[in-house]
Amino acid sequence: MSFQDIVFYFFATVLVISALGVVTSRNPVYSALLLVLSFVTCAGLWLLLEAEFLAITLVLVYVGAVMVLFLFVVMMLDINLDRLREGFWKWFPFGALLALILVVQLAMVLMGGQFGLDEMPRPPAQAADYSNTKALGLLIYTEYVYAFELAAVILLVAMVAAIALTLRNRTDKRSPDPSKQVAVKREDRIRIVPMAPEKKK
Amino acid sequence: MEYIQQLFEQFFGTEWGPMLFVLAKDLTLIVAIVVPLLLGVAYLTFAERKIIGYMQVRVGPNRVTFFGIPWLRGWGQPIADAVKAMMKEIIVPNSANKFLFILAPILTIAPALAAWAVVPFSPEMVLADINAGLLYILAMTSMGIYGVIIAGWASNSKYAFIGAMRSAAQVVSYELAMGFALVCVLMMSASLNLGDIVNGQQGGSFLNWYLIPLFPMFLVYFISGVAETNRAPFDVAEGESEIVAGFHVDYSGMAFTVFFLAEYANMILVATLTSLLFLGGWLPPIDIAPLNMIPGFIWLLLKIAFMLFFFLWFRATFPRYRYDQIMRLGWKVFIPLTLVWIFVVGAIMQLPLSIRNVFPLNLWF
Repeated sequence: MSFQDIVFYFFATVLVISALGVVTSRNPVYSALLLVLSFVTCAGLWLLLEAEFLAITLVLVYVGAVMVLFLFVVMMLDINLDRLREGFWKWFPFGALLALILVVQLAMVLMGGQFGLDEMPRPPAQAADYSNTKALGLLIYTEYVYAFELAAVILLVAMVAAIALTLRNRTDKRSPDPSKQVAVKREDRIRIVPMAPEKKK
Repeated sequence: MEYIQQLFEQFFGTEWGPMLFVLAKDLTLIVAIVVPLLLGVAYLTFAERKIIGYMQVRVGPNRVTFFGIPWLRGWGQPIADAVKAMMKEIIVPNSANKFLFILAPILTIAPALAAWAVVPFSPEMVLADINAGLLYILAMTSMGIYGVIIAGWASNSKYAFIGAMRSAAQVVSYELAMGFALVCVLMMSASLNLGDIVNGQQGGSFLNWYLIPLFPMFLVYFISGVAETNRAPFDVAEGESEIVAGFHVDYSGMAFTVFFLAEYANMILVATLTSLLFLGGWLPPIDIAPLNMIPGFIWLLLKIAFMLFFFLWFRATFPRYRYDQIMRLGWKVFIPLTLVWIFVVGAIMQLPLSIRNVFPLNLWF
């Protein structure tokens, strides 16, 4: 067993255990934190495959931004576990059926022989100065440029829609306008009145 | 060095020897970076108290002498503070989540120190010379926020929680502006490697530094850096007049000190990155005889100290921002500005070579 194998098995074990923890943990905050852990270990596995750009982007985007907002929301929820578990047995057959279908589908794909060690060998090692980022950029902006632009447009539409759904002008609130406050000049607020000096008698 | 490697191979065999040698070498280098960094943090707190003291016409700490040398009055203060912090009891509140309460300071300091792995101190002095260095630093600094959020939640206290929420929203907002400002830098240098970015600014004088073509980005990056480290005037996460001490209100002793260390290590990191990305790193301001004799490492240290002075100056000068004003500055001022500047830099890069060779443009493009 080489050093890389030890690293792989360590990351893989942590990944599987933390992923199981995400669904079995009772505390939603623990679930979110375990999901963060599984993202980080997954990035570690990608690093072993020499995909350093994707690995660091996974940490930057999912761990650094998405999960922070996730945690932000989860921590503000007041979660009542009893109420969450109320309809468990009622919905259990439905959930079990969905899980079964998913497992069968995954098995059909994974056991079809396209994902064996022979079909998916270890990628050949690249030279030390090989830039993963440059290779990915060349592919994205030449061969797959339409797909990339399409994904960008879909994300933009989703963002505009999310803002449009939550943006509402309440009439009963009073709030200051920071742009106006910043733009205030001295002349707007004070008036200097020239006065003749008074003499005490 | 090779002798030690041979010693390792003899001791652990040819398969494990080289691996363990690399491990031992890297651990030694990590210690060689972290120990001066933590000493720098200790003396940065001293510099902060002294500088703000003089700005406010006080003397600052002037009692603890350094090993009894009479004219170094106050220089022993950081060491005395460190000893005091280690002696104090770590109090865990009754209703706090004990595991996460202890984990939070660790999660804050670990990324703050890990980010230093890819920082080059001179062309040769770098621990991990990786291709995606800048991206790695962005990823590490964005992970520091977890410590703050977890600390706020695990304390089970309203004030701590409000501080954590404020900090989370603020850091996520300013990360965008920071990332876009860095996009401009890597468009100009065409590399994510920090050493290559500094080498791209070579060319004889300070006119070649990215500070000049990217001056608005320099301001955006540095101000976002101040906001990211939760320093004054953006320190609403602590806001002592509103929420006592924010996310670390329930922490005491060494647990509190670790948050403190992380904040100052992050300050030094932002100052270092600003020097590397915009101020030419280890390059001297003018490449002539007396200036280029000084080693590059010294120039980098001088630039870092210069940028750190701004952190302290800001704290002594500006009143705290109101929260909605912080959000407005991040989203409505910085992000549009950075987007416009990305467009401008991109447009200039697309100009024909004959125009790019005209005087001011040929310095940078």
